[in-house]
Amino acid sequence: MAAVHDTWVVVPLFNEEPVIGDVVRGLLDVFPNVVCVDDGSSDQSAREAEAAGATTVRHALNLGQGAALQTGITYALADPAMEYVVTFDADGQHQVSDAVHMVQRLRDDEADVVFGSRFLDSRTRPGVLKRLVLKTAVVYSNATTGLHLTDAHNGLRALDRKVCEQIDIRQNRMAHASELTQQIAKTGGRMVEQPVHILYTDYSRAKGQSLLNGVNILTDLLFK
Amino acid sequence: MLIIQVVLIIAMVAGGAYLLVVSPVNSRHLALRRLGLLAFVVFGTAAIIAPGLTSEIAGWVGVGRGTDLLLYLLFVAFLAFVATTGRRQRQLERQLTVLTRRLALDEAGPPPQRQADDSVRR
Repeated sequence: MAAVHDTWVVVPLFNEEPVIGDVVRGLLDVFPNVVCVDDGSSDQSAREAEAAGATTVRHALNLGQGAALQTGITYALADPAMEYVVTFDADGQHQVSDAVHMVQRLRDDEADVVFGSRFLDSRTRPGVLKRLVLKTAVVYSNATTGLHLTDAHNGLRALDRKVCEQIDIRQNRMAHASELTQQIAKTGGRMVEQPVHILYTDYSRAKGQSLLNGVNILTDLLFK
Repeated sequence: MLIIQVVLIIAMVAGGAYLLVVSPVNSRHLALRRLGLLAFVVFGTAAIIAPGLTSEIAGWVGVGRGTDLLLYLLFVAFLAFVATTGRRQRQLERQLTVLTRRLALDEAGPPPQRQADDSVRR
């Protein structure tokens, strides 16, 4: 696979020291431009990411994943050669091959945004509780945007430059995923979903979203 | 329903909605809050000097005891405090975000220009 110089992979990074090195190396095999936005990690995440070859941008304070994503996108926009941005989680649950397919679909001008969805095929196996939380988020997101997405809170997305220029994530914490789809819906960008495989390791499971965090997301969205 | 119940419920819902959604933060808003605080101090002082006063006012508006009236008013005041503090906190967070992002991006410098990079590698 030829390297894709016009793509920036944005990785929001917060305390993922044990895995971030491998995640970055996996990405760099295909994508030469990887920026890790270290969101005030208290461990050596940023150093690991840099040692693995990623560019790092460091928040002096922990702001949240939404803020980190926006910082990464703003950074990527400063590269005039950038045509596509991929957002990719730092905990190793996404597959680089999925990201490659998503960028290819943008390149084929099939859409302006490709969202990863873990519910389009049966490869991903979330637990019952996790499925419930995610599905609730999907229902809310679809109700407010008028879209028909199957997975609203998937960290793997591919956006083209036009979309990146128009979005402005203001939800610092986890509610940014719904906010992002709302903003893209407003700009009229063409959206498609891509089945992706989320690898639930013990590591990622221990860090995942809890049911109670769903309450926080909803509150953040209601009282912006 | 007692008059006081209607009045307090409307005040709470309207006040909360106003503070959370409608009101822009400006000097008028700040002045109103300060006047409210002043009224609260005056009322509190009066209640201390003349303990019978709260009961009398309570009687006018249909609450049995003066202590109940105080409790209700404190409840409203507390909710207003929570609402304004929350708003202020969100603004501060917004400013902090913008500041932190600016700092992070300035520190990182511009992204490497790919052509230049290639020539270095070759």
